[in-house]
Amino acid sequence: MATLTYRDALNVALREEMARDDRVFLMGEEVAEYDGAYKVSRGLLKEFGPKRVVDTPIAELGFAGIGVGAAMVGLRPVIEMMTWNFALLAIDQIVNSAAKMRYMSGGQVGVPIVFRGPGGAALQLGAQHSQAFESYYAHIPGLKVIAPATPADAKGLLKAAIRDEDPVVFIEGEMLYNLKGEVPDGDYVTPIGKADVKRAGKDVTIICHSKTVAPALKAAEGLAAEGIDAEVIDLRTIRPLDVDTILASVARTNRCVVAEEGWPFAGVGAQVVDTIQREAFDALDAPILRVTGADVPMPYNKVLERAAKVDAAKIQDAVKKVLYL
Amino acid sequence: MTATARSKKAADAATQALHRSYLRQMLLIRRFEEKAGEAYSLGKIGGFCHLYIGQEAVAVGVMAALRPDDHVISAYREHGHALARGLTSRAVMAELFGKAAGSSGGKGGSMHIFDAAAGFLGGHGIVGSHIPLAAGVAFAHKYRGGDQLCVCFFGEAAANIGAFHETLNMASLWDLPAIFIVENNGYGMGTAVSRAAAVTNLSVRGNAYDMPAEQVDGQNVLTVREAVDRAVTRARTESKPTLLEIKTYRYVGHSMSDAAHGTYRTKDEVDEYRRRDPIVVLADLMKAGGYWDDGRHDALVTEVQAEVDDAVNFADASPDPDPSALYSDVYAPEGR
Repeated sequence: MATLTYRDALNVALREEMARDDRVFLMGEEVAEYDGAYKVSRGLLKEFGPKRVVDTPIAELGFAGIGVGAAMVGLRPVIEMMTWNFALLAIDQIVNSAAKMRYMSGGQVGVPIVFRGPGGAALQLGAQHSQAFESYYAHIPGLKVIAPATPADAKGLLKAAIRDEDPVVFIEGEMLYNLKGEVPDGDYVTPIGKADVKRAGKDVTIICHSKTVAPALKAAEGLAAEGIDAEVIDLRTIRPLDVDTILASVARTNRCVVAEEGWPFAGVGAQVVDTIQREAFDALDAPILRVTGADVPMPYNKVLERAAKVDAAKIQDAVKKVLYL
Repeated sequence: MTATARSKKAADAATQALHRSYLRQMLLIRRFEEKAGEAYSLGKIGGFCHLYIGQEAVAVGVMAALRPDDHVISAYREHGHALARGLTSRAVMAELFGKAAGSSGGKGGSMHIFDAAAGFLGGHGIVGSHIPLAAGVAFAHKYRGGDQLCVCFFGEAAANIGAFHETLNMASLWDLPAIFIVENNGYGMGTAVSRAAAVTNLSVRGNAYDMPAEQVDGQNVLTVREAVDRAVTRARTESKPTLLEIKTYRYVGHSMSDAAHGTYRTKDEVDEYRRRDPIVVLADLMKAGGYWDDGRHDALVTEVQAEVDDAVNFADASPDPDPSALYSDVYAPEGR
């Protein structure tokens, strides 16, 4: 067990998978000679050479499609999007090509590919660089969507994504890259589709993922000081959703708050709430509340930006409401 | 007979057999598409259906230059490409009918014909979206170090889309063994090339990416084959891409819901092209060579008609996919 940053945990996962399987290659903008725009690929060019660590022109649609084509004939591409904001240029390849290939070929042609890069808002980057896209991709049958919150999960889930036979959208937290944590050594693989109970509790369930995990845990600490025992569940994988873990928790707590960085309309939380009301209606003692980013393009101004984002206080308030406090 | 004369005669016989096989494939595609049009009108085929009638020499001339271990990827006017690549008439027709015996199990339809074993990777419905896929397949071939290549078919309208330009740039930058075939049939739906492209000689777009390019007469299957042979050699020996603009013409509308002529082109124009029909061009050449005649031609037409009739009967009699197929093939089977 070593203490690593989230960034280095991703780097270790890439290095180990490239060493393990020579079909795995990394392609994207600035991944090679620049050592990665966010240094996730640091040292990989030196170790694996330009054949397997490939710098591209700024052409997201083109190189996303090249990755899909390579995957169709058996390579294991990892396509880095410098940020997920830029991947909108490539969404045709992710949705129309990668996600549908297996189905429309009647099962003949799979696309084992990982699209990865940072998502969500950082600080004062403005409207076009500050958005969470989990719900966009989770809408699409044929894709798997992963958004890790910790260094250990960053490593374990990226390794699982690279080994998966289907296209994976892997959304890293731009603000999590420097987060440090214990990361198991060696071949540590976290199963896709399994949520993680970060904190056990009996009074209320807080469901979160990626950047909302830390504020959810902070909110739980604040609530504990007031005698409220919150359970915190990190989804880790958005699609397929770990329905069993969610329902088992709500069956015990009878109350639930769902937090996410993205916008409210048709968000990840909307799907979670739908699942709970269908499968566990009788377990609920209160309507489920959601805590989301504000329903606006992200403002630049620091005060407005803070107001638009999810934080521990907002989660704590929502929990009190579902407890009728 | 001297040894030289014997080998020349053998070569002549081989060439004649090759020409006959090209003619058969073109006739098969023509007849197949005519019957597909009929079946569409009868409601046996649904959705969008884009016929290849008039463009047969392109598919046949290109495929003739390839090896079985190469890959082919196409857009949505791909029935002819699939047949020329060796998919059976039955498998393709059954796919158009949406049947379980179809090449994609009935889940793809007219626009998504696949046969992985034949290296036929679709059938793609978004204009230009498959062009980068072809470069990716070529990237994989180069990555693995073989001399396989990937051919990509698309219409001239796709040459105006960003994916085309992004792909040509990277394919040339990285020396990928890909052949990009622009089938220039003059119209993107109802929009003439001159109304959509600032430069109507599309082959010159290769210059922007330092990619060898040619304009090719698509009415003559032998000319097509020769041009593709040059591109294949370049891909196999130098691992370099080629852009081929093959000039052709579709006699029918853009899709089945579109008249052959009327608003955007005249009947005279269609008739003019029919005079240089690719089937007639090759049959005349063979007749002039003394190894073809009307009797043999009629027999061949009868033969392909029987094959297509069989394909239609097979497709019609085949069962729909099992209802359980709805939810299979979305993801890889568990435990793979």
